[in-house]
Amino acid sequence: MVNLTIDNIPVAVEENTSILEAARLAGINIPTLCFLKDINEIAACRVCIVEIEGIDRLVASCNNSVREGMKVHTNSPKVREARKTNVELILSQHNSNCAYCPRSGNCPLQKVANDLGIYDVVYKKREPKTLWSHRAILRRDASKCIKCMRCIQVCDKIQTLNIWDVSGTGARTTVDVSHNRMIMDSDCAMCGQCITHCPVGALSCRDDTDKFFEALADKDKVVIVQVAPAVRAAWGESLGIPRKYATIGKITAALKRMGVDYVFDTDFSADLTIMEEGNELLKRISEGEHKYPLFTSCCPGWVRFLKSQYPDMVDCLSTSKSPQQMFGAILKTYYAKVMNIPAEKIYFVSIMPCMAKKREAALPTMDDAKTGRDVDIVLTTREFVKLIRSEHISVEHLKEMPCDYPIETSSGAGVIFGATGGVMEAALRTVYAVLEGHNPEPDAFKEIRGKNGIREAVFKIGDKEIKTAVVSGLGNARKLLKAIRSGKAHFDFVEVMACPGGCAGGGGQPIKEGYELYAERGDELYNIDENSEIRYSHENPAINSLYENYIEKPLSKRAEELLHTDHTAWEMPLAPEKI
Amino acid sequence: MSRLSIITPDYAQTVVENLYKDVERRITASPPGICPIDISNAFLKMCHAQTCGKCVPCRVGLTQLSELIDEVLDGTATLEYIDIIEKTARVIKNTADCAIGYEAANMVLRGVVGFRDDYVEHIVNKRCRFNIYQPVPCVALCPAKVDIPGYIALINSERCADAVRLIRKDNPFPTACAFVCEHPCEARCRRNMIDDSINIRGLKRYAVDHSGIVPAPKCSEPTGKKVAIIGGGPSGLSAAYYLSLMGHSVELYEKRDKLGGMLRYGIPSYRLPRERLQEDIDCILSTGVKAHTGVEIGTTVTIPKLKEEFDCIYIAIGAHNDKKIGIEGEDKRGVISAVEMLRGIGDNTLPDFTKKRVVVVGGGNVAMDCTRSAKRLGAESVTCVYRRRRADMTAQPEEVSGAESEGCEILCLQSPLRISGDEDGNVTAIWVQPQIAGEIDKSGRPRPVNANAEPVRLACDIVIAAVGQGIEIQPFADFGVNIERGVIGTLADNEITNIDGVFAGGDCTTGPATVIRAIAAGKVAAANIDEYLGFNHIISSDVEVPQPRLGVRPACGRMNTKERSAGERNTDFNLIETGLTQEEANAESSRCLRCDHYGYGIFKGGRIDKW
Repeated sequence: MVNLTIDNIPVAVEENTSILEAARLAGINIPTLCFLKDINEIAACRVCIVEIEGIDRLVASCNNSVREGMKVHTNSPKVREARKTNVELILSQHNSNCAYCPRSGNCPLQKVANDLGIYDVVYKKREPKTLWSHRAILRRDASKCIKCMRCIQVCDKIQTLNIWDVSGTGARTTVDVSHNRMIMDSDCAMCGQCITHCPVGALSCRDDTDKFFEALADKDKVVIVQVAPAVRAAWGESLGIPRKYATIGKITAALKRMGVDYVFDTDFSADLTIMEEGNELLKRISEGEHKYPLFTSCCPGWVRFLKSQYPDMVDCLSTSKSPQQMFGAILKTYYAKVMNIPAEKIYFVSIMPCMAKKREAALPTMDDAKTGRDVDIVLTTREFVKLIRSEHISVEHLKEMPCDYPIETSSGAGVIFGATGGVMEAALRTVYAVLEGHNPEPDAFKEIRGKNGIREAVFKIGDKEIKTAVVSGLGNARKLLKAIRSGKAHFDFVEVMACPGGCAGGGGQPIKEGYELYAERGDELYNIDENSEIRYSHENPAINSLYENYIEKPLSKRAEELLHTDHTAWEMPLAPEKI
Repeated sequence: MSRLSIITPDYAQTVVENLYKDVERRITASPPGICPIDISNAFLKMCHAQTCGKCVPCRVGLTQLSELIDEVLDGTATLEYIDIIEKTARVIKNTADCAIGYEAANMVLRGVVGFRDDYVEHIVNKRCRFNIYQPVPCVALCPAKVDIPGYIALINSERCADAVRLIRKDNPFPTACAFVCEHPCEARCRRNMIDDSINIRGLKRYAVDHSGIVPAPKCSEPTGKKVAIIGGGPSGLSAAYYLSLMGHSVELYEKRDKLGGMLRYGIPSYRLPRERLQEDIDCILSTGVKAHTGVEIGTTVTIPKLKEEFDCIYIAIGAHNDKKIGIEGEDKRGVISAVEMLRGIGDNTLPDFTKKRVVVVGGGNVAMDCTRSAKRLGAESVTCVYRRRRADMTAQPEEVSGAESEGCEILCLQSPLRISGDEDGNVTAIWVQPQIAGEIDKSGRPRPVNANAEPVRLACDIVIAAVGQGIEIQPFADFGVNIERGVIGTLADNEITNIDGVFAGGDCTTGPATVIRAIAAGKVAAANIDEYLGFNHIISSDVEVPQPRLGVRPACGRMNTKERSAGERNTDFNLIETGLTQEEANAESSRCLRCDHYGYGIFKGGRIDKW
């Protein structure tokens, strides 16, 4: 243990603890801006500086560790002057139009400036100009970037895609797409992790809420919304609603209040995905050993990653569409008839924890109903929260409402799609039922749950041993792929989610500075599953009636037409080293 | 009012003078990767501050130039700007009255030509093609990428054995380099911004002198793959060391009787004691490298045979052929080549120069080695003749001044004309033609041209030609190895361009270079041979680098390595340099600014843990 004093309070902490951490343990909060634990400890913003007796210059507390006998002052006159000045310097290059910034009220820069009582900046404003494609879904506003470098670090260290890099030198240094590329020409997976780790409004996702309101205003359109599983585990956070009250029933009620005609749960199409993907897996297993495993394909960030980094492995992806797109295709064909609405009148909106879903919905291959797009627009969880706020809906007064006819039911297996490992578990429940002729215990495959980025498990089902792996985060995916490609690892079925923690940690989810909330959100989804009446995708009555009345059986001709896709039918920019 | 008065600088002027020195040092420590337009614009602004204001082109033109370039950098310029900048600079260059103006404009003009693409990139794409990409200056400039801040911190913590372990991760010759490395690492040391660069080699010497014997790390599981290495110099031995650690079976073939290559047969023992070189070699061999000495390739062992027996070959034969001066009389008795002389000394056959007058021809480090060795061999006088100026010598300045203080003469701007001898064919003199410094040539040095003066006769008994070395390419050329401009042609990964499974590196691919470059080539070859053999072994070190100091040591002096007195050392081949004391090493290692932790290093590329 190391003994020191911080603001005259004696503290004893373990060796190699940072001064910042030691202060927090002592209940002293040193403000930070660029700091992101374990990912970005580069002492760039110089806001977390402290004074140490006997040392002339101020010391960054985030990446310097405690020493025996150290006397630290976090608010000395020297520190006060420096911290305030440094924040003022940052503000001199920051577009502070907070009133209309998406991060207003949820911005550490705004907070620290306010906390420090900065009401005027003596420095001349020098906002860098933004050069960015207006078509891009991932948006960057250079005038807001504070050059904290977190986006670079998250993309490098967590996702290993190196999309961002420092650009230029000297006073004009900023962050931009690496290798002097435009974002649209890069191999960005569009996971959105850079957005959720940006402290300010420099990185954001294209806002489509206006289009949603336009559709609601259009009398010719029937607005139908699907809500992804992971949304329910997170949307309440920014509205201050405890997780257990932030239910799908409340989401449905809020959407209905806005004037949405029908609300459905993407859990339903997650169940549908399991029926198709599970049967793909069964077919593959029956064919004998394969060199490479079958990979899940419901995460569009992962699909983009594989196409750009390991294009030779694209045929290992399940051809099943993602739940979002299955829903779009089946809604605008079969259900349009059932509900007696012309497909072209349907305006299908999905609410997703994800930015890549916006791109997925716009793929040329996602128009089976020939209406232009099977899913018309995609809103992120953050945009959904914005809808509620702009409609002045007080959620606590809403009464829960069920999903609409004719898709009223879903299973717990579908809900856990939103957490890492959920697709795997849901698929195994159904695969087991097919191979064994009876259902497994619902939690028979919980071994594959967990917080590690890479998890492996072997399950014996019937006379088959199924080797499985679950990965979340693209850096972990790359690690696993390397092992698979070199022959060091072998699996039958692998679930990959681009974001750490799966959709629960998605790039479209609410942002809370300094916290990674995917684990809590994932736990909530497993809770919902545990308390669900139906725990197996193949027992969802809506699924069964869909197969009986329309699709016939998994992998049928109609299923292939509507529920499967050709991942090679669209172009993805390759990784720079592949070009 | 006095008629005349003594001018004393006022306080402000003294401060400014000091600022100039600060700027000089700061430029020395300028990191690579800076936008060339940005930095030259900054220089331009500084030049403009020097303007006296008398003449139009300089007073007005430089301001306008700078503002135009600002717009280029801000992304508000159009392509026309380049022409306006070029025209304005040209006019200033042609019309400014004094050098303050025309040299400033000339700098801009050179930039418009030299990095026109960067101007275009800034204007068209509003982007800069440059990034700071080498955050730790010393590591960036070390060809072998040794973790310099890491080992300095270890020395500062009195952990010399760990320092040696950490160095060996990238360089298996810590001891040899501690004595003879040219220390490119020191050139851009950020400490220059405060006072002076760190004495990195001196600290390394302290580490190897105080580490005791540090055993090599354990080798990986045997892979069953066999690698043959031709040449037992620094490059071959380095490759052998890492390949052996990776678990491959390594056999090394050396033509001479002892290992070490130029470290033994090129560098005199007063710079690198043989027993200290042996420490490194012993450690390398301890990893299981099988060395065959006294084996000449092409006679006892042939390349096709090696190719058959081994999975991979690494050629690192160095550059041991001497070059001729190319003047009349070079065949006379008493004319010897530097390689021949130093090789003899390496094998302990010391020529006797007692009462002899010796002339050494050349201006590089080898010429200095010959000069200083000749003195030690009893020569009556030693003169080093060089055709350019002293400042243009490629030898390290401390070698030149060392030779001088030992009583040797450096005769510059004299080009050898012919060697004359007596009727028995013995050398009696060398005739040299005085030169004057001409225009700057491609090497950035003034070209020597014949002066309008008579040739000079330098009476002597021995002429040592130290004008460069070549490569013994024959057996390799016969085998079909690609030879380009007298050296073996390789790709960046050291793979030979035309034969599968054969790699080459070190002096034999570059021409005579430095020890550390040869070591780096061996390291690169080891990594790529491992990859070629289908493996991906990781070389790392488990040494934990101490936390950096929190404060910065105020400006202070650099602890230079000291030498034995010239009068004492010039008669023996014992080591010249005396190592730093503990007190000095502690003070010197405390000066390190830890660029691995402070600055860009903490963000990107600060520490390369493994390769």
